[in-house]
Amino acid sequence: MLVLVALPMVMRNPYYLGIMVFMGIYSLITIGLSLLMGYAGQISLGHAAFFATGAYTSGILTTKAHLSPLPAFLAAIVLTACIAFLIGIPTLRLKGHYLAMATLGFGQIVYVALNASVDFTGGPSGFGEIPRIALGNLVVESQLARYCLVWALVVIVLLFSLNLIHSRVGRALRSIHSSELAANAMGVNTSKYKIQVFVLSAIYASIAGSLYAHFVTFISPGSFDLEFSILLVTMVVVGGMANVWGALLGTVLLTLLPEFLRGFKDYDILIYGSTLLLIMIFMPEGLFGLVKKLRSVRGRM
Amino acid sequence: MEPILEAINLSKRFGGLVAVSDVSLKVETGEIKAIIGPNGAGKTTIFNAITGVDPPTAGEIRFKGQKLNGLKPYEIASQGISRTFQNVELFDNMSVLENVMVGRHPRTFSGLLSAVFHLPKAIAEEKAIRDDAMERLAFVGLSSSAQELASKLPFGQQRVLELARAWATDPELLLLDEPAAGLNSHEATVLADLILKIREKGTTILLVEHDMELVMDISDEIIVLNYGKKIAEGKPEEIQDNQEVIKAYLGEDFKGR
Amino acid sequence: MIGLAPILESQEMSASIILQLILSGVTIGSIYAMVALGFNIIYNSTSIINFAQGEFVMLGGMFMVSLVGPLNLPMWVAFPIAVLAVTLIGTAFERLCIHPLKMPSVLSLIIITIAGSILLKGGAMFAWGKETFSLPHFSTEKPILLLEATILPQTVWILGIIGMVVLLLALFFRFTIVGKAMRACAANRPAASLVGINVKRIVLLSFALSAAIGAIAGIIITPISLMDYERGAILGLKGFGAAVLGGLGNPMGAVVAGFLIGIVESLCAGLISSHYKDAVGLVVLLMVLFIKPSGLFGSAQVSKLKKF
Repeated sequence: MLVLVALPMVMRNPYYLGIMVFMGIYSLITIGLSLLMGYAGQISLGHAAFFATGAYTSGILTTKAHLSPLPAFLAAIVLTACIAFLIGIPTLRLKGHYLAMATLGFGQIVYVALNASVDFTGGPSGFGEIPRIALGNLVVESQLARYCLVWALVVIVLLFSLNLIHSRVGRALRSIHSSELAANAMGVNTSKYKIQVFVLSAIYASIAGSLYAHFVTFISPGSFDLEFSILLVTMVVVGGMANVWGALLGTVLLTLLPEFLRGFKDYDILIYGSTLLLIMIFMPEGLFGLVKKLRSVRGRM
Repeated sequence: MEPILEAINLSKRFGGLVAVSDVSLKVETGEIKAIIGPNGAGKTTIFNAITGVDPPTAGEIRFKGQKLNGLKPYEIASQGISRTFQNVELFDNMSVLENVMVGRHPRTFSGLLSAVFHLPKAIAEEKAIRDDAMERLAFVGLSSSAQELASKLPFGQQRVLELARAWATDPELLLLDEPAAGLNSHEATVLADLILKIREKGTTILLVEHDMELVMDISDEIIVLNYGKKIAEGKPEEIQDNQEVIKAYLGEDFKGR
Repeated sequence: MIGLAPILESQEMSASIILQLILSGVTIGSIYAMVALGFNIIYNSTSIINFAQGEFVMLGGMFMVSLVGPLNLPMWVAFPIAVLAVTLIGTAFERLCIHPLKMPSVLSLIIITIAGSILLKGGAMFAWGKETFSLPHFSTEKPILLLEATILPQTVWILGIIGMVVLLLALFFRFTIVGKAMRACAANRPAASLVGINVKRIVLLSFALSAAIGAIAGIIITPISLMDYERGAILGLKGFGAAVLGGLGNPMGAVVAGFLIGIVESLCAGLISSHYKDAVGLVVLLMVLFIKPSGLFGSAQVSKLKKF
C-alpha cells in the first residue's frame, strides 16, 4: 500500500508510470483469474474476450453513441457479466482439457467476430478517438492521473477478492478445487459458485478493458488475441496460482520482463514460453510458493 | 412412525451389469443400521443412489416422506443427508478447521455479495461458523490439529475428520461408507465410540462396513446384500445365526461367533 | 456477403457451386482430420491433450518450405527430411516437457503443452520470420474437371496421402508389436505396464508419431493454404474440434468429423460470409462440447472402432 503511494513521488518519469499503469490494468484481470483458477480450480484460456468486451463496449458507446465514460463503463460491466453468465453455464459443466478448449474456442470466436464485424468494430484496423475519462472538469490525461485511477481500482478489487477468499463462498470455491464430489456432499452448489466466480472474474476483466480503451484511446483486435489470454494465465501461474498475491507478483514481473529485455523485442514470446515451462516443471506452485517454502525452511532453522 | 429413509425397489444397472437389483430398505429415525455384504454386493452403489451422485435406474427413494429422485447431490445434502467416502475425500489443500467449516455450508447463508462487501451479517456468520467448527473438532478430539493441512493428518485421524465434517452439516441421516477401513483396532474402537456419540446427539446412521466386530457392536439392524440382492435383514444376533448369510457371506464353515 | 447471391439464382450454377464448396471443404477437412488423429494418438496413450499439436503442422510446412526453397531439394527428398525433423522436435518436446513431470495435474499439463506451443511458435518466428510462405504444388496446378466442379491436383495428392496415412496407421496399430503395445496402453495403462510394456517409451513414441502425422499434414496443405508461424494455433483448435466431434480417442470418428467440419466451414464461407469462416469450426466445437462432449460417435458401440 505504502509502496503504491510512494512510487509515483519517487518516479516522475511518465514512461515508467505508463508501465505501472499497464501493470495495474493487467493486475485487475489476473486477480480475477487467480480467483477462478487458483481458488476454484477452473481454467480459462479466453479471458482476453472479456477484456475485449469491456474495451469495445466502452469504446463504441462513448464514440458512436456519445455516452459519457461512466455509464458506458457500467454498461460494459453489465454486458460482460451477461455474456460470462450465458457462456459460463454450459462451459463450466466441462472439466480439465474440455474446459480449457471450450474457453479457448470462445476467446477465438470473439476475436474472429471483432475482426469480422467491420461496421461495428472497425474490423482488423480497429477504431480510435475514444474520449478520455473525465471526472467533472478533471480529465484523466496525465500518466500520474491514470496511475492513481487504475491502482485505486486495483486496491478496491484486491480488497473485494480478499474478503471473498476469507468467506463462506471462498471456502466453497476451494472445496470445489479440491474435491467436487465431497463439496457436493457438503451441500455446496458447485455449478452456482463456479459460475459466480467466473462472472466476477469477467467483470474484473471488463473493468480493465474499459480503462484500457479510455487510456489508449485506440483499440484493435490485436490486443485481445489468444496470446493475450495465455499471457494472463502465464502471469497467474508464474506468480503462484493458489494465491492472489502470487497473481500480483507474476503480473508485476511479467510486465517488467519485456522492459528488461528491450533489446530482444521480438523474442519475448520465446521468453514467456520458456519461463512458463520452467516454472511449471520446477516449481509448479509458482514464485509465491517458492517464497513460502523458503520462509518455512528458514523458520525451522 | 414414518421411517426417515425409505428405498423402494431400487435397481441400478451399469450397461449390462446389474449392481443393485430390486432392493428395498427402511431406516428408522434414531437407529444405526448397517449394510454388509461381500465386495461388489452393491453397497456403495446404494449410497451413491441415495446421495444423488449416481441416480438409480429404477425405484424410489424417500427421505422423511419426500421423494429424493431427481434432486442434485448438493440439494440432497442440504435436505439433511450427509456422507463420508470409502476412499476419504478430504479437502487436502485446506486446514483441518476449514474442512469442518465447509461442513457448515448448508446451514449458513452468506452469499458472494455479502462476502465481497464484508457485510456485518457475513462477519458474524463467519465467526459462528468458526466457533461451531472448533466445538466439533473438540468433540471428536482434533482441536490440537485445527490449523494443520488436512492431508498432513495420519490416516486414522483423516477418517475422524471426514466424519466430523459430515456431521458438521447437522444431518438427520448420516451415511458412512466403510468408516473403519484401513484403521487398526484401537482406531476402530475410537471411531465406533464417536459414531455412538453422534447418534446420541440425534443423528440417524446408515453405514456400510466390512469390520464385522464394529458392525455387530454398534448396529441396531443389519441388512445383508449379495450380488446386488437383499438376502437378509434383522438384528445382529439374528444375522449371525442366519444360515443364508453364513453360506453366502461368511463362508460355508463359519458358524456364528 | 456479396458475390454469390446472384449466381445462386440460377439452379444449375448453384449445384456446381455447392459441389465446388464441398470439394474445398473436403480438402481443408482432411487436414483437420490429420490434426485430430495426432490429438488422438497422444490422448490415447497419455490422456494428455497436446496443445502444441497445431505447431507440428506449422513446423512441417515451414521445414518443407526451407528445404524446397533455399536448399533447392527435390520434393520427394525434402518430404521425408521435413517429417523427420518435426518428429525429432516432437520427441524432444516429450523428453523436455512431459517426461520430467511427476504426477502432474491436468491444469499443469495443459499449461505445459501451451508453453511448449509458445516455444515452438516463437522458435519458428525466430527461424523463419513473420512472412507467409508458399510452396509449389506437388504436380501441375492445372485444375481437373470433376462433374460440374474443378479440383486441384494438389487436392488429389492431399486426399491420397491422407488415405495412405490412415491405412498405414490402421495396419501399424493392428499388426505390429509396437502398435499393439500402444493400443494396450490406450485400453489400460496399469495392465499394459504389468505385462511388461514400457509405458514411458510408448508415451515418447506417441509424441513422435503424432508429430510426424502433423508434419505430413503441414507439408501437403502448404501449397494450397500457405503457411506462417502463427498458423498452428487455429489449425490445432479446429483439429481438436474434429477430435471431440468424433469422440476423443476415436480415430475413425476423428477422420469423419474432420471432413464434416471442413465441409460445413467451406459451405458457410461460400454461402454466408467468409469473414466468419474461422468461427464456424469453433462454434461447432463449442456446440459439441456443450451438448454431447462424448462426440458424435462417442457411444458404447463405437468404442470398438477405437481399436482402429
